[in-house]
Amino acid sequence: MSESAYNFAYLDEQTKRMIRRAILKGLAIPGYQVPFASREMPMPYGWGTGGVQVSAAVLTPEDTFKVIDQGADDTTNAVSIRTFFERTADVETTTETSAASVIQTRHRIPEEPLTEDQILVYQVPIPEPLRFLEPRESETRKMHSLEEYGLMHVKLYEDISRHGHIATSYAYPVKVEGRYVMDPSPIPKFDNPKLGQMAAVQLFGAGREQRIYALPPYTDVVSLDFDDHPFEASKADQVCGLCGAEDSYLDEVIIDDQGGRLFCCSDTDYCTSRRAAGHQGPAFPGSEVAA
Amino acid sequence: MTPLLSVQGVTKHYGRHIGCADVSFDLYPGEVMGIVGESGSGKSTLLNCMAGHLAPDSGQVVFDTRTDGPRDTVTMSEPERRMLGRTDWAFVHQHARDGLRMGVSAGGNVGERLMAVGERHYGDIRDKATDWLQRVEIDAERVDDRPTTFSGGMQQRLQIARNLVTGPRLVFMDEPTGGLDVSVQARLLDLLRGLVRDLGLSAIIVTHDLAVVRLLADRLMVMKSGRVVEAGLTDQVLDDPQHAYSQLLVSSVLQV
Ligand SMILES: Nc1ncnc2c1ncn2[C@@H]1O[C@H](COP(=O)(O)OP(=O)(O)OP(=O)(O)O)[C@@H](O)[C@H]1O
Ligand SMILES: [Mg+2]
Ligand SMILES: [Zn+2]
Repeated sequence: MSESAYNFAYLDEQTKRMIRRAILKGLAIPGYQVPFASREMPMPYGWGTGGVQVSAAVLTPEDTFKVIDQGADDTTNAVSIRTFFERTADVETTTETSAASVIQTRHRIPEEPLTEDQILVYQVPIPEPLRFLEPRESETRKMHSLEEYGLMHVKLYEDISRHGHIATSYAYPVKVEGRYVMDPSPIPKFDNPKLGQMAAVQLFGAGREQRIYALPPYTDVVSLDFDDHPFEASKADQVCGLCGAEDSYLDEVIIDDQGGRLFCCSDTDYCTSRRAAGHQGPAFPGSEVAA
Repeated sequence: MTPLLSVQGVTKHYGRHIGCADVSFDLYPGEVMGIVGESGSGKSTLLNCMAGHLAPDSGQVVFDTRTDGPRDTVTMSEPERRMLGRTDWAFVHQHARDGLRMGVSAGGNVGERLMAVGERHYGDIRDKATDWLQRVEIDAERVDDRPTTFSGGMQQRLQIARNLVTGPRLVFMDEPTGGLDVSVQARLLDLLRGLVRDLGLSAIIVTHDLAVVRLLADRLMVMKSGRVVEAGLTDQVLDDPQHAYSQLLVSSVLQV
């Protein structure tokens, strides 16, 4: 089939309308999981078909699109999704956070604060935060509708009893506008504070599980915790070796055959722009902080 | 005195089949009511109708709530009924695994109801859970172990602790000693008797076992084919049964 046989952004207009209705419903009820009829996409589920369908439904020809995977624009996953929309929607793409109008992400929220002109689309593997303790879908749905969220704290209780602290460090559950408990997708809990009061629209798409949920701009989002074990947005206690940033989420990478390690920003665009602006981290010889 | 629970004309059919029919009685605070009868006589059906797990076809189940006084729990909203289910009511299942979360530690199992009603201090929740484990004779050391590592009797005691931690005013029990070895049953019965006395619990206990009601129940209802055929003080019914079926039930047990 020639590429011109595809509709704009691959999905047909009927499907996009259906997805947009789910998105609007999600925005109207922040944190509520809206069922939608997920379509087969020309990529495997693990590749974020939920996010791809949401992006396809919100993209317009004027948009500039960015895809990040664990903070990086250049992983196979990010590249293939970006290429997919370059081909099927012919939109501009970018790696620059501030230049993008729609950003699809897996596992991270960009470090640079987003604006009211942007949409952040998350790829979600498992949308149901209560799943691990209550596998029955009929029961979790009832728990959401009746606001019975004691079970969520049982999970955190188990964490503390086993590890001495809340060990959950990804997909850390949040409560939205004092109502729905939501799984923020597997972002590190370091990113949780960015979920709340964000200026951009946040959309969450789970393809295999056929759910869409959303956070409209400036929504209250609170990470669950205990009075005596308060939530902490932790990260490695290091600075970025490349750009010296102290406030960004760091990945630990192995840099040579001798097992040498380097901590550096997981958000590659953030790191690159800081370095372009003249910031330098301790990994560079001659840098004054170099150890 | 206002009854804690007033059951009126409760009827439940399964299709054309009778589950229980036209059952009425009052339970006063601090009382333990036993329900006996042969298999299939409708004991569990009645209990589940009272505890809000089954919707009766007709009849009322009026509970004296803390805040609003007597309310028909059949017609109250589901959120209200479920709230009662995790605060003022407790339900002890015959099979502990139906009443426990097997993948969650003993402490988490006991703490769940506390967290469900809004407790948010880990240390306090754990202290209360540990205290309750000890009250049901489970070593405090086991607080982080999963119930899968517990014996049947321990699982049943854990289920009881999990239910009683929020200080419920009415406990429903369906064959709480069923499926356990005789010696384990005896220990559990002693424990239950102690708890009922110390906490002044009101309870409704369904059982096959007349020894259980003899020990625990103030009053007794005998069911047959979904209907209550005789009711009265436990000793009276057991020592001087009036209905032919009760006589048969008592004598058949005595012969065993
Ligand atoms: N889910 C159901 N569907 C259809 N019939 C049912 C169902 N549950 C119970 N019954 C029938 O209703 C009647 C009462 O059953 P119930 O389970 O209440 O008896 P029981 O006194 O608790 O018996 P047991 O001592 O064996 O537990 C029986 O005839 C039973 O076969
Ligand atoms: Mg039964
Ligand atoms: Zn950096």
